[in-house]
Amino acid sequence: MALTGPSKYSSVMITELGHFALILAFLVAIVQTVVPLIGAANRWNGWMVFAEPAAVAQFLLTAFSFGALVWAFVSSDFSLRIVVENSHSAKPMLYKISGTWGNHEGSMLLWVLIVTIFGAMAAVFGGGLPPTLKARVLSVQSAIGVAFFAFILFTSNPFDRLPVPPFDGRDLNPLLQDPGLAFHPPFLYLGYVGLSMAFSFAVAALIEGRVDAAWGRWVRPWTLAAWIFLTIGIALGSWWAYYELGWGGFWFWDPVENASFMPWLLAAALLHSAIVVEKREALKSWTILLAIIAFGFSLIGTFIVRSGLLTSVHAFASDPERGVFILVILVVFIGGALTLFAARAQAMEAKGVFGMVSRESALIVNNLLLAVSCFVVFFGTLWPMIAEMAFDRKLSVGAPFFNAAFTPFMVALGIVLPVGAMLPWKRGKLGKAAWSLRYAFVLAVALAILVWVMQTGRSALGPVGLFLGAWITFGAIVDLWSRTGRKGNLARLFRLPGADWGKAVAHTGLGVTIFAIAGLTAWEVEDIRVAQAGQPFEVGQFTLTLQDVRRVQGPNYFSTTADVSVEQNGRQITTLHPEKRDYPVARMPTTEAAIDYRLLRDLYVVIGDQQADGGWVMRTYIKPLANWIWGGCILMALGGALSLSDRRFRVAAGARKTPASGVPAE
Amino acid sequence: MKRLLIVLLLIASPTLAVQPDEVLDDPALEARARDISTGLRCLVCRNESIDESNAELARDLRILLRERLVAGDTDQEAVEFIVDRYGEYVLLKPTTTGANLMLWLAGPIMLLIAAGVGWNFLRKRSQHQNAVHADTLSEEEQERLRRILED
Repeated sequence: MALTGPSKYSSVMITELGHFALILAFLVAIVQTVVPLIGAANRWNGWMVFAEPAAVAQFLLTAFSFGALVWAFVSSDFSLRIVVENSHSAKPMLYKISGTWGNHEGSMLLWVLIVTIFGAMAAVFGGGLPPTLKARVLSVQSAIGVAFFAFILFTSNPFDRLPVPPFDGRDLNPLLQDPGLAFHPPFLYLGYVGLSMAFSFAVAALIEGRVDAAWGRWVRPWTLAAWIFLTIGIALGSWWAYYELGWGGFWFWDPVENASFMPWLLAAALLHSAIVVEKREALKSWTILLAIIAFGFSLIGTFIVRSGLLTSVHAFASDPERGVFILVILVVFIGGALTLFAARAQAMEAKGVFGMVSRESALIVNNLLLAVSCFVVFFGTLWPMIAEMAFDRKLSVGAPFFNAAFTPFMVALGIVLPVGAMLPWKRGKLGKAAWSLRYAFVLAVALAILVWVMQTGRSALGPVGLFLGAWITFGAIVDLWSRTGRKGNLARLFRLPGADWGKAVAHTGLGVTIFAIAGLTAWEVEDIRVAQAGQPFEVGQFTLTLQDVRRVQGPNYFSTTADVSVEQNGRQITTLHPEKRDYPVARMPTTEAAIDYRLLRDLYVVIGDQQADGGWVMRTYIKPLANWIWGGCILMALGGALSLSDRRFRVAAGARKTPASGVPAE
Repeated sequence: MKRLLIVLLLIASPTLAVQPDEVLDDPALEARARDISTGLRCLVCRNESIDESNAELARDLRILLRERLVAGDTDQEAVEFIVDRYGEYVLLKPTTTGANLMLWLAGPIMLLIAAGVGWNFLRKRSQHQNAVHADTLSEEEQERLRRILED
């Protein structure tokens, strides 16, 4: 080995220990899968409670292993293959750390680490769970761990050594060297894997043959948490695409994006249907099925990203072993769970009865729309493959298809949402719910008409989006208001349960995002030109001047940086510095757009190539409401967090009972 | 997404999508060209339209499309011209012919099925409600009520 010095040797040691810990965790996971399951079947207490320390041990071992890998990246241990392929000694520290999961092997280790974190959390905080259910949940969760430990150890070992370590690494893809993307994968994985908990609860309940309101209350926090993380993860990825890719696109309906979006849609459906199980003991078998399928889509997402199957059928051959391995995991877990479901679902007799018009039916409509929209995305994503295999047609399914086929579902969802949210449980009157929303409706229509008149002759998308967004937002406010008894008792408003606030905030977030996407799409202004230094030009209400173009050297790149001054109404408001970068080690150019973030609109400037006449290609965009897209996502996540903070989940989790206060939860 | 970018940037030259020299003088014609090109795939990229793509081939296609429009083609003729040369793979929005009908109808049909199942379920539920006296509690519910009251 070319390594010298004591610190290098200790680093080598830590790496080996990390590898060893991973193998140990694999073995613990196997035992944790088998022992509690047998214990629960025979009511052997000792065997059942074994799951708890095992889950904690599994987590600690995996965490150590992951820590060792992070250490290898931080200390630039170039005897590890993936460090060489994804890191460089000159790379900034943040990206050395995030480089750990910026590659296949490391990201799978993170994936399984999160599986064990959730397992350990269920073991430690699941005090209120019945012992057999708890043992079975931890066993199923551990079985997922076993599959992925095996996947990592046998096909994608992050601790692979190189016989001759090189002097330096090949650097991380420069596009991934970005704060937004550094945290995008961990959040997505927290979301994907959070759904594994819902899956484990579903399978455990099927084995138990019993689903009641308490089960709904245990599953819902995990689903909520998973959904919150997915929301944040998707928003981060989309925001990154917006500022990094150089034309301000934020969603491309790429198979890999769809892979994260489908679990999001199903998690949203699941967290709504779990409410019905919890409050009304109905929709039990549907909720179980949804939990299984939602995690199935997480696995499919992982499969799609790893195998390259959907990019092109031929890319599959480049990495068949891994793709097939995940496919087997998918078939075993989802196939097994569905078989169990088919055998046991009949036992889930629904108890709560409700009328045609009721909150329950509204939530069923929500579930139908979300599930079918997910199906549309799924079918569209797979169609190029199906068409090529079955019909010998090589074709593409891109953004225009999804925009046309998916959007109607979201529009329908947006229209029915406020009314459904106002309906009472058991039995309601549609007319009454609609009537209480009359002001929200009139206000939303008035706003839309106002904008329609103001924008003169542009597409109807903007006003329609505004209507939907305003309708959902005002509807959420009316709903919250009506919960106080409509007497204007503000103190009562603040005593409402977290779940009520969470519902209002999350729905508002959805409204804001819908409006922002429609507004950005409809009202964007674009300008493409060759700009000469010192000659001002106008874009919308802004006057831009290219002042200077400089060559600048960064830590691991060279940059061509432009200085662009921006004036509005004759007053300079800012100077922007769009860049083109060249990363010599990774041999890759990137564009760094300069964005002036404003409340109502972003000014987005990109510099291109120098032309023969000395001018520079410049693209300028005015992007209205851009920030609101992610603002809405943050609101959705915040709403989820508020709902998660509702005291009934803590009570359910076995915390000490606190005296009931304020307005009782519905 | 990561892969998209890796693939994309390996192929891409550092130029950017639509270049100033490609833009047509007639704004109406240019607007049509932009509109059509968002629906045409850059053949060497991953899931990107020629309007967004940086690739050389995408530029060729953009220029070809504009030539056709300047020559007086309708939107449909221009698209057909390109599809004839590059195959239907170039269309980001698949046609509705033949097997593709399945793709377009899958969503609506699924919605109908789901709505039918949902409706059926709801009807049974509410009939069930009429049969059972909604006011009386089941034994288990009474048991739970007793426990709650005792707390």
